[in-house]
Amino acid sequence: MTRITRDQLLARLRQEIPETTPWEVADWLRDGKEITLIDIREHEEWVQGHVPGARHVSRGFLELQIEMVQPDREAPIVLYCAGGVRSLLAAHNLQELGYTNVYSMAGGFSAWINAGFEFEEPRFLTPAQRERYARHLIMPDIGEAGQIKLLDSKVLLIGAGGLGSPAALYLAAAGVGTLGIVDFDRVDRTNLQRQILHSESEIGELKVESAIRRLHDLNSDIEIKGHPVALSSENALDILREYDIVLNGSDNFPTRYLVNDACHMLGIPLVDASIFMFEGQVTVYQPANPAKGIEGGPCYRCLYPDPPPPGEVPSCAEAGVFGVLPGIIGAIQAVEAIKLIVGIGEPLVGRLLMYDALDQSFRTLNVQRDPNCPLCGDNPTVTELIDYEQFCGLPPRS
Amino acid sequence: MSTIYIPTPLRRLTNKQSRVQVEAATVREALQALDEAFPGIGERLLDANGEVKRFINVFVNDDNIHTLQGLDTPLNPNDKISIVPAMAGGTVKA
Repeated sequence: MTRITRDQLLARLRQEIPETTPWEVADWLRDGKEITLIDIREHEEWVQGHVPGARHVSRGFLELQIEMVQPDREAPIVLYCAGGVRSLLAAHNLQELGYTNVYSMAGGFSAWINAGFEFEEPRFLTPAQRERYARHLIMPDIGEAGQIKLLDSKVLLIGAGGLGSPAALYLAAAGVGTLGIVDFDRVDRTNLQRQILHSESEIGELKVESAIRRLHDLNSDIEIKGHPVALSSENALDILREYDIVLNGSDNFPTRYLVNDACHMLGIPLVDASIFMFEGQVTVYQPANPAKGIEGGPCYRCLYPDPPPPGEVPSCAEAGVFGVLPGIIGAIQAVEAIKLIVGIGEPLVGRLLMYDALDQSFRTLNVQRDPNCPLCGDNPTVTELIDYEQFCGLPPRS
Repeated sequence: MSTIYIPTPLRRLTNKQSRVQVEAATVREALQALDEAFPGIGERLLDANGEVKRFINVFVNDDNIHTLQGLDTPLNPNDKISIVPAMAGGTVKA
C-alpha cells in the first residue's frame, strides 16, 4: 500500500469530492432546493451554533446513522465541519456507502460565519435547569427535548381561581416557559377555601398580582404575564393569539363561549373544564390544523349549542363547590396541557372526562364534532366574535 | 333495568340520589319513567317540543344519543344513561 501524507490525501479528496461554498449553500437554502445539510462536528461545537436547517450527526456516527437521515443514495447531501477538512473525509466515507451526490462545504462553519450568514444557537438546558427538571429528564417520554418544548411553550390561563390555581402551580413547576393569566378579580376571603394560589395576606389584591408572586416564588426560571382585564370580544383575539394553548377556568357562560370561539378562530387548542359542587368535567377542544396533520375534534358549541337561560343552572356561588374538587380538575387540565406540548399520550380530544368526588368515579364519554355546528361545522355562521352577554340572555356588561 | 346517572344540579329533584334505576325500552321512556318517579325533572331536561334541551347532553353508555337514534335510542338491560348539563362554575354575573 502506498504511503501518502495527510496533505496528499486531502489534495486527492479535493479532486474526488465536489466542494461547494457557503454562498452556494445559502442560495440553495433560500431557493428551497432539496438538500440534506449535515453538520458533522462534535456535539460541543454544534451547541455553540450551526447553519439553520442543518441536522447534526457527529462524524463518528455518520456512516452508522446516515441511512436514517437520508436513505436515498442519489439525494444531494452537503456536509460541513468547522474548516472544511473533516467534511472532505466524511464525504469520502459516504461515497464508499454508495452516495453519489455528496458535497463538502469549503471552509466549513467558519467560512459560513465569516461570510456573514445567520446561524442558529440550538436550545439546550443550563446546568441549573438540568438539576431542576431532573425527574422529567430521566423519563424517555419527556427527556431533554420534551423539557425544551415545555420551556419554549406559552400557556394562557383564563381565571386564577379554583381551576387556574392548581393548573398554574403545576405548569409553572413543570417549566412551561411563559404563563399568562387573565383575571380582573381581586382576592376575597371566600376564595381561600379552594384557590391555592392566594393567601390571607393578599386579600383585596388583584389575583394576577398574587398569582405572579406565588408562581415566581415557585419558579423564577419562567415568565409570567398578568392580564388584569375582563376578557371581551374586543380584546380576546389579541390576548389569546400570543399563546400556544389556553386553559379555561372561567366561571360564567359568556366567557366560555367567547374563549371557545376565539380559540377556534385562532386554531389554538383549548383545555376546558368546569365544576359544580362535587362534580367536574374536562375535555380538550382541538381545532383542525391540516398543515400540522391535526384532524381536530369537536368544540364547546358542538356539545352545548345554546347556553342555559339565566337562572336555570345554579352557580357555585349559590350551590357551593367542594374545595378539593377544582384541585383535581385543574390538575387534570395541567396534565392535558403538558401532554399537548410534549406530544405524548392520548389527549382528551373528543372525550369528556366526568369526575364525581362523592362516589370517586371517573367516566369518559365520547363527544363528536357536529357537522351543523355554527362555529366548526361544515357551513359555519359564527365567523367573528359576537356579543356573548346577549347570546347568553344577560344584560350588557357595564 | 337501566341506570340513569343524575348530574349534581338535578339531584335536589331526586332526593339527592345520583343514580336512578328505570325499566324502559328507549331513552324517551327512561326519561318519562324518571319524571314519573320524580315529577318536575322532565321539564328540566326537555323543551316544549319534547326534545332534549340544547345545553344538556344525554349519553347511552359512552355515546351521545345525537350519534345514536336520539330519544328513540333503544335500551338494553344494564345500559347506563348519563345526563350531562353545561356547567359554568362560579358566580353568574348578571
